[in-house]
Amino acid sequence: MRVCSGFDAALIRPAGHLLPFTREKENTPLFHLNRPLMPSDPVLTLAGISKSFPGVRALSDVGFSLYPGQVTALIGENGAGKSTIVKTLTGIYLPDEGSLTVGQEAKHFSSPRDAWAAGIAAIHQETVMFDELTVAENIFTGHMPGGTLIDWAEARRRTAALLKRIDADFKPETKLKRLSVAQQHMVEIARALSHEAKVIIMDEPTAALSSHEIQELFRIVDQLKAEGHAILFISHKFDEIFRVSDRWVCLRDGEKVGEGLTRDVREPDLVRLMVGRPVDQIFPKRALTIGETVLEVEGLSNATEFEDIGFTLRRREILGFYGLVGAGRSEVMQCLFGMSRPTRGRVTLEGRPFVAKAPADAIAAGIAYVPEDRQHQGAVLPLGIRENTTLASLGAHVRYGFLSRNSERAATRMLGTRLAVKAAHWEQRLGELSGGNQQKVVIAKWLATKPKVVILDEPTKGIDVGSKAAVHDFIGELAEDGLAVILVSSELPEVMGLADRIIVMHEGQMVTAVTRGGPGWSAEAIVAAATGADHQAVAA
Amino acid sequence: MKRLATYREIILAAIIAVMVIGISIVAPAFGTRDTFVAVLNDTAFLFMMALAQMIVILTRGIDLSVAANLALTGMLTAMVAEHHPDLPIIVFVVLSTVIGLGLGLINGGLVAALQIPPIVVTLGTLAVFRGMIVVIGGGAQVDGANMGANFQLLPKLTVFGLSSIFWIAVLIAVACWLFLTRTRPGRGLYAVGCNPVAARYCGIDLGRQQLIAYAISGAVAGLSGYLWVARYGVAYVEIATGYELTVIAACVIGGVSIGGGVGSVAGTLLGALFIGLIVNALPVMQVSPFWQMAISGAVILLAVIINARAEARPDKLILPRARREAARVGA
Repeated sequence: MRVCSGFDAALIRPAGHLLPFTREKENTPLFHLNRPLMPSDPVLTLAGISKSFPGVRALSDVGFSLYPGQVTALIGENGAGKSTIVKTLTGIYLPDEGSLTVGQEAKHFSSPRDAWAAGIAAIHQETVMFDELTVAENIFTGHMPGGTLIDWAEARRRTAALLKRIDADFKPETKLKRLSVAQQHMVEIARALSHEAKVIIMDEPTAALSSHEIQELFRIVDQLKAEGHAILFISHKFDEIFRVSDRWVCLRDGEKVGEGLTRDVREPDLVRLMVGRPVDQIFPKRALTIGETVLEVEGLSNATEFEDIGFTLRRREILGFYGLVGAGRSEVMQCLFGMSRPTRGRVTLEGRPFVAKAPADAIAAGIAYVPEDRQHQGAVLPLGIRENTTLASLGAHVRYGFLSRNSERAATRMLGTRLAVKAAHWEQRLGELSGGNQQKVVIAKWLATKPKVVILDEPTKGIDVGSKAAVHDFIGELAEDGLAVILVSSELPEVMGLADRIIVMHEGQMVTAVTRGGPGWSAEAIVAAATGADHQAVAA
Repeated sequence: MKRLATYREIILAAIIAVMVIGISIVAPAFGTRDTFVAVLNDTAFLFMMALAQMIVILTRGIDLSVAANLALTGMLTAMVAEHHPDLPIIVFVVLSTVIGLGLGLINGGLVAALQIPPIVVTLGTLAVFRGMIVVIGGGAQVDGANMGANFQLLPKLTVFGLSSIFWIAVLIAVACWLFLTRTRPGRGLYAVGCNPVAARYCGIDLGRQQLIAYAISGAVAGLSGYLWVARYGVAYVEIATGYELTVIAACVIGGVSIGGGVGSVAGTLLGALFIGLIVNALPVMQVSPFWQMAISGAVILLAVIINARAEARPDKLILPRARREAARVGA
């Protein structure tokens, strides 16, 4: 186990940028009411859990325990392995190695049903339930009371009792779609309780909740704790982690890098553990002379996702956008690309006002957008490499009214070779390639549009290490070739390694912008800004 | 896509070949040149309408109104012929295509602009189109005797013993092939069918693609309407009732995925030929007419099952694999 010891938070704190949580606030009796001093026997123990996917090692020798009546926070950057842990615990993934012990018994989950039976229930970020069914039906789907015929009266009675237990103010007969997200979370919690769950996993449960609803959720968490449930709480938000958790476990790159009691740790320590490695060495930044302004964005806003976004982008510049999932980064980019319309704001492209009504306008104007979700938004898997490569630039291959295969082939060969796409032949179905190679083809598709501005949204998400390095290298090359690049990434080392400037977004707003080598250019400061620690601290 | 499709087409072609040989052995009368010419002539409508239907299905849609469109357009064209029997053939060809196109645009407009599920839209227009035939024709039929010689001339023309309808189907097949493989909207159909979101990011407009697909479907159905009425020499409310199901079956047998994005001209033609052969062979084999429908239905179902198996990909989900591993560990 690697734990940062003998580490002084004050030393790495940039002046006035990161105020750690004060102990006074943490120690208010409210939070310690149900906290046992000595942990009892664990309800659940993971030991030596490893899980690999083709090309990626998602978990490596991870082990920790959950205790009754305690909330354990699982923290880590995106891709650190948190969701793999959740999927292992809920029987969706079978680990390659390692053991899982519930109570005193070694368990082997080969389906979600096994996990339910062992008393482990998960509450997900977005609820996975049946909109058209009632609360009672949702809670008891899969284990309805009664024999051959369902005993509806019993189901309703037990639902009412469960709802009362968590102080929910809606009826068993209400259809799920009539409830708010927070209330739907409560139904999920009630469902977990109906299974007599000993362990409740909450995977970013607050992501879609308002601040009032979050308080309500915390109240239930406290109550579940008091009842002796063990809770695994996953969140990106430090204020929540400090509010609800007793213990913490930190993952980085699929390994456990630390654990301990929440009251013994301070926020900067956790940030530092999460981020870990020094980033500058991994990505040799190319020294380029930044050119003239290409894109200017002023006061760009839309109704719900983001507000007052403004920046300039110049030739040969890589502008990073960092923030948590849901900070509104992708939404800003989609708006620039004509996927949605802004309510306010002005965009200037090469000195001329630019309005994209549809993606076709943006493509024609020289903006390319490599979207975040390769499977759904980028790749057309059943089509071949050639068809994918030319899909956004078909106009360039029309000869006498018909598409020229030769022209298409030439372009595919040229871009495919440049990006080092590994394939049997250029007509191969994209679905047959590895994730990394699929991503290279998607990038090739956008380069084929001969863009001036390239927006890359999480370009290395879910691809293997080798392809990742190739993509990183290529991003540097794009800038060298005179393009202006926007890099949206949740991986801090990637953004810090490649970008000349970084704009940090939090809850739809630009929190700060830092320039390479300038004040605030540190992993700790950037993560703190992205998690809203600045706000919290200033407000406090 | 290419390789899988070709593989599937070769299998289908092999099945058809085996079927033809088998039927010819059982019923030697079937294995003659005349029979094949008759099958091709008889299947000509299915060829062209299946191709048009495939274009719609590629966009994840379906056009149930094609047979009703055929009947309505046929009736309208026949009524025009009744009043102006001396018009040249080309006028009827263009007129029926334009009427069919208009009806197709109604479907396309509703699907594209309002984003109503195609099955609902075309089920509605199916009833409307059929109903319109009663309204405009007063429920009466138009007989061949009143249509004039010009009107009925085209289907009677033959080249190499094959009717002009077959050759029109060939022209449509070539046009479809060029459209699908060598034009931007053609490529767009595959893109929106395979992955509508990715297609949107590429600047391909789903609504526009849908409009194009339903317009083509309508135009081909309209043209078929004229040819149908001219060939059979009568126009009435019920012509080609239920034919849309045969058309869709031809597509499915030909490897067109109802899920969209997968399908080829060659496959669809083979699918139509398959049905054409079954329908023509069963009477030759002296299968009772009562059984014919059930048997062709069962064969279609069989073909669909084989197709579904071919389409099943190795599962991407971790869950089943985890189960298998668990089973192995447990064993």
